[in-house]
Parts: sequence; structure tokens; C-alpha cells
Amino acid sequence: MSQQPLLEVRDLDVAFYADKRAIPAVRGANLTVYPGQTVAIVGESGSGKSTTAHAIIGLLPGTGRITGGEIIFDGLDIAQSSKKGFESLRGDQIGLVPQDPMSNLNPLWRVGTQIKEALVANDIAKGKDADRRVHGLLAEAGLNDVERRARQYPHEFSGGMRQRALIAMGLAARPKLLIADEPTSALDVTVQKQILDHLDGLTDELGTAVLLITHDLGLAAERADHIVVMYKGHVVESGPALEILKNPEHPYTRRLVSSAPSIASQRLSSMRAREEVREQAVQTAGEIAAEVATAKEAVGKGEDDIIVVENLTKVFMLPGDRPWRKTELRAVDDVSFRLRRGTTTAIVGESGSGKSTVARMVLGLLDVTEGTVRFDGYDTSQLKGKKLMALRRQMQPVFQNPYASLDPMYSIFKSIEEPLATHGIGSSKDREAKVRDLLDKVSLPASVMRRYPNELSGGQRQRVAIARALALEPEVVVLDEAVSALDVLVQAQILELLNDLQAEMGLSYLFITHDLAVVRQIADDVLVMQDGKLVEAASVAEVFDNPREQYTRKLLDAIPGRDLLTTA
Amino acid sequence: MPKPTLPGQERYVAPLEETPLAAVDSVQVDEAPSSQWKEAWKQLRRNPMFLVSAALLAILAVIIAVPGLFTNSDPQLCELSRSLDPASPGHPFGFNFQGCDVWSRTLYGARASVAVGVLTTLLVVLIGSLAGAFAGFKGGWVDGILSRISDIFFAIPLILAAIVCLSAINNWFPERAFWGGISAVVLTLAVFGWPQIARIMRGSVMEVKNLEFVDAAKAIGAKDSRNLWRHIVPNSVSPVIVTATVSLGIFIVAEATLSFLGLGLPASVVSWGNDISEAQRLVRSGTRLGVMFVPATALALTVLSFILLGDAVRDALDPKAKKR
Repeated sequence: MSQQPLLEVRDLDVAFYADKRAIPAVRGANLTVYPGQTVAIVGESGSGKSTTAHAIIGLLPGTGRITGGEIIFDGLDIAQSSKKGFESLRGDQIGLVPQDPMSNLNPLWRVGTQIKEALVANDIAKGKDADRRVHGLLAEAGLNDVERRARQYPHEFSGGMRQRALIAMGLAARPKLLIADEPTSALDVTVQKQILDHLDGLTDELGTAVLLITHDLGLAAERADHIVVMYKGHVVESGPALEILKNPEHPYTRRLVSSAPSIASQRLSSMRAREEVREQAVQTAGEIAAEVATAKEAVGKGEDDIIVVENLTKVFMLPGDRPWRKTELRAVDDVSFRLRRGTTTAIVGESGSGKSTVARMVLGLLDVTEGTVRFDGYDTSQLKGKKLMALRRQMQPVFQNPYASLDPMYSIFKSIEEPLATHGIGSSKDREAKVRDLLDKVSLPASVMRRYPNELSGGQRQRVAIARALALEPEVVVLDEAVSALDVLVQAQILELLNDLQAEMGLSYLFITHDLAVVRQIADDVLVMQDGKLVEAASVAEVFDNPREQYTRKLLDAIPGRDLLTTA
Repeated sequence: MPKPTLPGQERYVAPLEETPLAAVDSVQVDEAPSSQWKEAWKQLRRNPMFLVSAALLAILAVIIAVPGLFTNSDPQLCELSRSLDPASPGHPFGFNFQGCDVWSRTLYGARASVAVGVLTTLLVVLIGSLAGAFAGFKGGWVDGILSRISDIFFAIPLILAAIVCLSAINNWFPERAFWGGISAVVLTLAVFGWPQIARIMRGSVMEVKNLEFVDAAKAIGAKDSRNLWRHIVPNSVSPVIVTATVSLGIFIVAEATLSFLGLGLPASVVSWGNDISEAQRLVRSGTRLGVMFVPATALALTVLSFILLGDAVRDALDPKAKKR
């Protein structure tokens, strides 16, 4: 086979300029893509994977410049091409599917018009002919009723449909290479699978090469023939996909492989470790329960099921089609479950399934429409005044967005101290000692105390949020997508921290997530929600090994890279 | 069946020395801690726009505090015999129609103009932020009522409303001294000026109140009032500060406009507006334009400094709004 490579990147250096200083973003990167091949660049945020992709298509943002190396596309070095040069390449030679389907379509233009623009700009078709091509492309991208769809505006499309439209646009001029920059990370897993399957089929058929940028090693291994792993601007390892997965050699790749939740190669050992954690946690929790039941200032009877939710329903009233009419939205519909002391129950579902609404009702941040939430024997909606404050102490949340969950005006010390001060616990000296102790628990140096949230990374902020939640020594922590916004390695670290804390403090977790892969690492019981209803409730082992519901099976199948290590 | 490896795609592992592994998510410890306000201040210090406006405002502050430093003549000491005399030693810009020293009057006039600007802004920020924060936080019917009230005030043009109010006040209390005159103008401008700040504060509060740290504080057991004043308002004020700085200049102009029309400060108060108003007849006759230009330039420079300051503060507090 004597094929010429379609794209060769040789010793590529890219730097961003700030205050006249060059900050290198990509250092000596090499990669090769052959026609029709799928190559994936894998790395965490800040690894330079997107920068590499943007350099190839000449779309480096702001002050970014290519400072060295060659990008040979179809035999020509385009690294130093002019703006004009790149314009003639984009579209009909190299296409792009951008990351965020929500912001990459012009909301004022009809979807069809935007795709037509791609055709007209590349002199492929004009007028009526172009319209017909647009319909063909939309159908090809897997949309139905294309004539109507082409006349619609982006807000009438769901996230998945928008991404399909963007794929149609990227492939409109039949490029030889399609760069897909995290094409599905903003979408639900089941939609992700559909879209990627479709993209695979389409590019196979057209013979388009794909350069896939992703943070998910499992997804890369499943979709690509060849994987390039980037870390801090360097290519640290590259090779055939399966070989890298089975036999990682660079320590960074090894780290990635061992912490990727979707691959979960160490399922057995982690299951055994969970078992120990749980025994420990249940024992500690039992001791605490006995204490609580006799203590006056706490809410609780020391029951085994610390949270019992019965027939929980939430109805939102939305404005209807007339000003005086309202329509009902049943966000949560008749949900019942129990959280056993010292264990973790995960609520899994896609966006809009009502899982976060359940969490907010359990926390008492949202009024319940029907049904009850009982905390250790007490109906939480009946608690008032002192008892309500006591309940607050015993149940604390950790939220999803590490950038919004800490008050930017508060120093880390003040953030963690706030719950203690609000409940008037200890003198200011005691509180400082307590904050130091909490920071130590979440493995942060005491020196971060004087820092502000804007100086910490997402993972560190999430640790601070956990420390704040633990300040009042709660029995239950509600984690609402607490690790979803983090890089894989940081995510693994935080999950481990949560596991350790559970064993140490006998905590019970209600763990809300869209990611079934994470569930296996932390949960004991799983509740699967769909459209506000509970569709399956069972132990983790049962759900993973023997899912009973069609929907659960669909969710499991959508985990990328799930079968790679077991079957291959 | 494994595919044959193509040239350029052989297995490659970077030598470890090239990219030493860092600990996952390690904490930066060498730099001094710094809050958002500190960062904003750092940005501000490097902005030439800020430096120019700050220098001008510093000079203005000195003039207001001790105008005697720059002139020896009394602004109120007017002799008709010196009417429209040209510049002479000690009187760099000569005399006006009434025979008062133009330069001295301009220096002393800064007090009234800036007092009106600063007091009106303070009052407007107070009323506007309270109303806006309350409306944004409570939502529902409280928001509905407060927003409609501010809409009503918003719909009335500032200068037109002030003209009507001040002519009424002038009829009722014809004799007013310095502070009496100033408070009438300040109150009038504030009553019609607060809705702008209220709208900005309302929007800002509505955005911040949905952030997760507010929920976290609620889950701790913090009361609504604590949440509003300790968490939401401090995080909502930066757009208000920006608007307030710019509107300070606008209120100074409004005062000058009203005084020019003979409705603002009483004629006995030394102010730029009054001086400009008085000088207009000279413009018509085309003689001694300096009498008009000196207070007018002072007014323009002051307003410009506040607007530049507002822009600089906006750049520092809201880097996203910065032009590229």
C-alpha cells in the first residue's frame, strides 16, 4: 500500500502572545493522517489539542501564531499560508465541526440558509440547485422532513439536531479532511452515540478523513484508528488505538487509561475496595445515628434509611399559548426511593430527566408539589425555625459548576468559615482551626486559605466546595453533577476523595449524574430517571450486569469504549 | 485483523525527560493571593485612560479643597468699573460683565458643580440600587410594581422634568442660599435619575441570584437578607459603579444646563452653569469670548475625566466588554 499521507504535521510550535511574551501552547507536535482515516487527539484541557486543530485550519484565536514547524496538507506546506490561502482551503478541502452546537449557529438565520452559505462560498452550487443540495445534506446528516427543517431557525432545533446541522455544514463542500473538535461533549450520551455513529458512517461512505479532538480516551479508542495523546503542548504518545489502550507506555497515558471511567479496567478491584469503604462507612454512620437519636439539637431518630422519599412530584406552571392560560410541566413524577445510611445512591438520567429537581427538593431548596421527603424519620417540609437549621446542618450540597459554586468575593477561608459562622459554632480561633482541618481533609494546603476562587483550578474549587459542605459535619451530602465539569484525571481524584471521606466520616451520598460510567466508581444503588419518572432502581452490580429496562440498556451501550477491553 | 502500520504512524512514546509529569491539579503557592478587586486595581493602574482622568480629577480635588492656592481674588468681589476688563497681572482671564474675576469664579465654581454631581450620584445609586436589588431579588409582583414605577420615571425626559420641578420650587422658595440651592437641584435630578441604576442593578441581581453559591448559602441556613447583602449585592455592584461614574459627569452637565436656563442654582451661587449663562450675551455680541470659554472648558474637562474614568473602570471590572 503506497498511500500518500493527507495531512502531515511536523514539529509544530504554536504560541500565544501576551504582553509581548510568547507563551508556548504546542511544542514540537507531530502527527499524520491518511485519506479516509480517523485520527484522534486526546488530552485534558490546556493540553494543546484544540490549538493544534485550529492551527491546521488557520483559525488560531486572538494572539496565537504558528512559530515553527510544517503543516503539509495534500503535499503543500500550509503552515505559513496567508489568510486568503486558508480561506480557499476551508470548506472544500478541510471542514470543521465545532464544539458547542448552541453557539455555533447564527440564531438570526434559517438553518438551511447557513448551510447554503457553505455551498455558495465554495462555488459548489447556487440558487435553486443549492437549495436542493441543502435538503440532500440535511437528509444525509440524519434529519427528517428536511424541507421544513431547512426553513427553521436554530432555536427550533434540539442540541443533537443542531450538531447534525453543523455536520451537514462541515461536509457540505465534501472536504478531504474533517476536523471534529469535541463534537459531542455538550450532548447527552445517547445522542452522542447516535451522532458519532452517523458521522462514522458518513465519512466512511464519502472517504473523508476525520481528525477527532476529544478529552475522552474511551471515545477516541472506540472511534479512531490512530491515537495521539497530548500533554502540556507535547505529543507524549501516539500509535494504533487499541495498542495504546491495552499497553500504554508513557506514564501520562497510563494515568489516563487507569482513570478513564468509561474503560474501568479495574472494575473488580474497585468493587472490592467499594465493599470495604461501605462497611466502614455503615459502621461509622451507625455510631453517629445512635448519637443523633439521643442528642437534642439534631433532627433524627437514628433510622437505617436516612432519607426516604415517597411519591415525590414537582409540577412547574408554565405560560400557555394565551396569557391567561398555564400549561403544566411535570418535572418529577411520583418518585420514591430510600438512601441507606453510609451508602451512595446515584440518580442517573439525561438532561431534562428531573434528576436535579429531585436533588433540590431533597435539599429543601425547592417546594414539593406532592409527596414527602423524610430525613431520618422527620418530614422535612414540616420543619421550621431551629429544627430547620438543624436539618441544614445535617444535609449539605455540592454543585456542578466549580466556577459558580463559590462566591468570587469571598476568600477561601471566608467561604469555608461561612457555615460555621452562620450557625455560631466556636470562637473565631476554633473556626480557623476547623477550616485548616477541613482543607487538610480535602488535601489542599492551608496556604490556599487567603486565596480567592479565581486563583484556583476547577478541581481545587470543587475541593473547597466539598470542604464547605463538610464544615457542619453533615450526615448526608447531595452531590449534584459534582464531578461532571472536571477533567478525567481530576475527576478520578475527586471521586477517590469522596470515597475516602465517606469511609472516614460515615457520610451518605445522594449522587446526581448524567454519566453512568462514574456511577460504578462511587455508587451502591442506582436510580435511573427518564422524563421525570423512575424507570429502574437497583444495586450497581445489577444495573451494570443485568439491566432490566430498555432505556437503561441504551444508556449503558452509549458509554464510549465500554466493550473495548472486555471483547478485544 | 490488525491493519498494517503506515509510515508516520508508528508507535511513538516521548522520552519522559521532555515532559516531566506534574502532580494532577497541583496548587500554585508562589504568587501572593489576590482578589478580584485587587486584579481590577492592577489592570486599572496600567490603563493610560485611567491615569489621565485620575490626574485631572486629583487637580480638581485640590481646587475644590483650597481654591485660594491658585488665585488671590475673591469671586464675589465684583466692581462694575472693571466690567469686561482684559487680562491683567493676578487676573489671567480678565473680568466678566459684572466686573468679577473670571478665573477666580471658575475655580470657586467647581465646588457647586462637583457637589451637585457627587451628591446626585450618591443619592441615585442609593435609591436605584435599593429598588433594583429588591425588585430583582424578590421577583414576582414586587418586581412588577417597582419596575412599572421606574418605567414611569424613565419615560419622563430628565431635563424636561427638572425644568418643571425647579420652576415650581423657585416659585415657592425664591430665596435660597448655597446648600438650599444645591439640595433643590440634587433632589430633583435624583428623583428622575434613579431608574437607570435600578434597571442595571435589577438585571445584575437577577443574574447573580441564580448562581450556585447563593444556593449553597441557602443550604447552609443563611437567611434571605444575609444572602442578598453579603453574597448577591457585592457581586452585582460592578456594572452599577461603572454607570455611576459616567452619570456623575452627566449630572454635572445637567446642573450646568439648568443653571444656564436660570432654573438651577440661584444666581448668588458661584457655579459654572451660572457663569456660562451670564456670558452668553457676550457670545451674541461677539466680544470677550474668554469669559464664556473658561468656565465652559472647566466643565468639559471635568465631565470628560469622569467619563474616561468610567470607561477605565468598566475595562477593569468587566474585561469581556473591552474592545479589541
